[in-house]
Amino acid sequence: MLRIENCLTFRKYLVLAGVTVFAAAGDSMLAHGMKQTGNISLHHLRSLFVAVLNPWVAVGILLLLAFFASYMSALSWADLTYVLPATSLGYVLLALVARFALHEQVSPLRWMGIALISGGVGFVAGGPALTHQQEESKPQVPSDHNPRENSISPPSRESRQKDGASLDVSRDHVRAATGDER
Amino acid sequence: MKHLYTWGGILAVVGFSVLGDILMSRAMKQVGDLHALGRRFGLGTVLCRIFSNSIFFVAVGAMALAFFSLLFSLSWGDVSLVAPAAASLTFIGNAFAAKIFLHEHVDRRRWIAALLVAGGVALLAG
Repeated sequence: MLRIENCLTFRKYLVLAGVTVFAAAGDSMLAHGMKQTGNISLHHLRSLFVAVLNPWVAVGILLLLAFFASYMSALSWADLTYVLPATSLGYVLLALVARFALHEQVSPLRWMGIALISGGVGFVAGGPALTHQQEESKPQVPSDHNPRENSISPPSRESRQKDGASLDVSRDHVRAATGDER
Repeated sequence: MKHLYTWGGILAVVGFSVLGDILMSRAMKQVGDLHALGRRFGLGTVLCRIFSNSIFFVAVGAMALAFFSLLFSLSWGDVSLVAPAAASLTFIGNAFAAKIFLHEHVDRRRWIAALLVAGGVALLAG
């Protein structure tokens, strides 16, 4: 089986953004299209097929298929308890679209809801995306350790100083071996 | 009696949603990183691996049942109760189920995130 990397690359952030945006855009377009086509009853299921021919509904279905593909891709390299909160910004996106594009009134309670969701996303986004494979493959790494620090961050100042010190030592060795006294 | 039907419907939505998410997560972990697989073997192999996984189809079935349960719940109860209650309880249920069945390390950070998002969704949809 392929090793699953814990670091979040730019592509993985794009996949998470795709889950968020495709779900919100797909739901909005589907809702807009279904309002145009009118009510559908169980006795007239043919009207359901007519509804699919509505361009808004068709684009909405395509966007929801894109959401499902992104969601599956995200679940292939991240925990479920990471993906769900991290992609819940779609609720916030929908509320902002309703406020600024559709000019709907957003009550203070809803703004509080937006703040809570944003806080939740901030909380989970600071942690590792995958935990159980990490514990199985690298038991020496503590559970609260952020693997991104190890994988994609540039070397720290201390480590650079340490590297520089070891480089100076190796230069001294070369000078000693070649007799260079400069 | 109507309240009983409504809450029974909400619990069905939550149960099938959590089942679908857990099984989909399990199936995708069995398949492997889709991007890495696609780059190495091509899209056809990725699709073959996904569609040859039986858990994937059970997950899709559970998600479909969750969708139909939501439709029935909406016919019995108000949308202002059904939508936020189902979405919030699904977040909490997923955190418990992922810890128990997927053995994910749900630390304090993730519990707080799940609770904040569940509360936020309840306020937003309420």
